[in-house]
Order: sequence, then C-alpha cells, then structure tokens
Amino acid sequence: MTAETLPKTRLYLLPLGIFFALVVLLGVGLTLDPREVPSPLIGKPAPHFELPQLHDPAKTFSEQDMRGKVWLLNVWASWCVSCRAEHPVLLELAKSNAVSIYGLNYKDQRKDGVAWLQSLGNPYQISAFDLNGRVGIDYGVYGVPETYVIDKRGVIRYKQIGPVTSEILKEKILPLVNELNRG
Amino acid sequence: MNSIVAKVFALMLMLFAGSAAFGKEAAPAAEDPALEQRMAALTSELRCLVCQNQTIADSNAGLAVDLKNEVREKMKQGMSDREIIDFMVTRYGDFVLYRPPFKATTLFLWLGPLLLLAAGLLTLLFRLKRGRGAAETGLSEDEHARAAKLLAAGTETEKQ
Repeated sequence: MTAETLPKTRLYLLPLGIFFALVVLLGVGLTLDPREVPSPLIGKPAPHFELPQLHDPAKTFSEQDMRGKVWLLNVWASWCVSCRAEHPVLLELAKSNAVSIYGLNYKDQRKDGVAWLQSLGNPYQISAFDLNGRVGIDYGVYGVPETYVIDKRGVIRYKQIGPVTSEILKEKILPLVNELNRG
Repeated sequence: MNSIVAKVFALMLMLFAGSAAFGKEAAPAAEDPALEQRMAALTSELRCLVCQNQTIADSNAGLAVDLKNEVREKMKQGMSDREIIDFMVTRYGDFVLYRPPFKATTLFLWLGPLLLLAAGLLTLLFRLKRGRGAAETGLSEDEHARAAKLLAAGTETEKQ
C-alpha cells in the first residue's frame, strides 16, 4: 500500500523540479550575448576588396596584399564609442609585435579618422578607407568594432564582434595567431 | 515700384526653388514604384542586425539604410529575390532571415512546439485513461471496511 502511494505523494515535487530546470535554463541564457551572431564567414575566404588608404588616398590596400601572412583586420570608426574603449588594447598589441593589425575605417570622414588616430595613437600598419560601408557589408559588419583573424591562405578564422579585451586577446586571438603562424 | 516687383518675383522664385528641392528628395520612391514595392516586401523579411527585433524595412539605423540601398541596387541589376536573400545569408547568416530555413540546425526550432504539443496530448491521454481505470476498479471489500472504520474513528474524536 505505502509502496504504491509513495510515487504519488512525491509528485508534488515535480513543479519544483520543473521550476529549477527553468531557472538553470534561463540562467544559462543570461550569460549568452544575443548580439553575438555566429558569422557564416568563418572558414571562408576573406571577401575581396581594394580600397584607398586612409592616410594616402593615392595608394590602395587589398586583402590580396596580405597573402602568406596571419593578420588582424579591425573595423573601426571615429564615431564609434566602443572603438575608443578597445583602442588601448590594440595599441598594446601593436607594440608587442605579436601580429600586424590592419584597419578598416568604416563609414567615417577622412579627416575625422586621421585626427582620431593622431590623438589616440595608431596601432594599424595601414587603414583602408570604406566611406560608404560597402566593404563592411561584404564582411557582414553590423556592430563596430569588429575584428577578423585571417590566415596565410586568406581564410577568416575568427571574428570578434564588439571590442577586443585583453582577456579575449590572451585566451582566443593570440593562441589562434600562434597556431596559424606555426601551420 | 519696379524694384518691389523684382523683389516679390525673386521671393516667389526662391519659394518655388525650395519646393522643387523637396520634391526631388522624394524622387527615388516615385522613380519606380513597382521596384520600390518589391524592395519593401523583401526587406520586411530581413532582420536588421543592429536593432535585432526590427526588420530592415522598418529600421532607420545606418546599416539598415545601406542594406535597403544595396537591395534596391541589386534589384535594378536584375537579381531575383532568391539571389538577394542568398547574398544576405552568406554575409550575415540565417539570423538575418525572419523565416529561418528548415535544416539540421533549426530542426528543434521548427519541431520543438509540435513535440511539446504531442507530449502534452500524450500526458493528457495517459492520465484520462488511468483515471477511468481507477474509477472502474473502485475499492475492494477490505478497503471499504477499513475506510468505514477510519471514518467512524474520525467522528468519534470530533465528538470528544
């Protein structure tokens, strides 16, 4: 008799169990960033572009120039607030010579972009000047700053949406760059 | 007197020029209404990634405006809706679509609600069946006797 009624009496625990399962599910959901949309470009060749350089409109910069090198493409703009937060990290990285950083100055005014780098420091070897954001569209840019790690064959291996922090640099970007440089 | 006429004329000319400028700004919409309608229909199927819960058609974010222009241009070049959607998906992923495609990674998204419904119906059926079974069985002789005894004991304690 008791053996039969026992499972029934325990049934009242079920809603509590469901509640905790839901709490765990929603808790995990809170730690995820809905702005981080997986990029379909990872593992694909970096889209082709050829743009005038920010500092010298007569010269151009293309992803083709970087064949055989592991490099970072960082999308930035003088109007972008998060870029300002990210900037010291990039300067530090540039100083360490761990990897060369190239900029894509996205939907900016030439003089604003140049002035911004002049006052805050320039971590970029070259910045390409994407006035109308066309190249940005080809790279699936939707939230500046964005950073791409591109390997020797010109394939995108990683994309960072939002500012690069020193943690992300240490845990994700630099190990990947080292691995790609060895390969 | 002549100068006043000239001034009035100049003023009218300026007003007219002003309205002409306004008229010109709205020109793209009127240029090709069919194409504009097609553009509006297609961009209302696409998510604006900056604002996430708005369509590109609804949004005035910088990127949404750029993408609207991109779509308009692609249509002028004679690309089909399918081709333009593919163009968007290769850049921004399935997330850009308000109606995600049915494939391995979206299986749970599409079938999840159906699974929940099926689970609910099964539970309901199971419970209904078991409930009827219990009613049919009822209590045995022994159990009736025991119940009567317990009830009698209960009333006695109440009386006390």
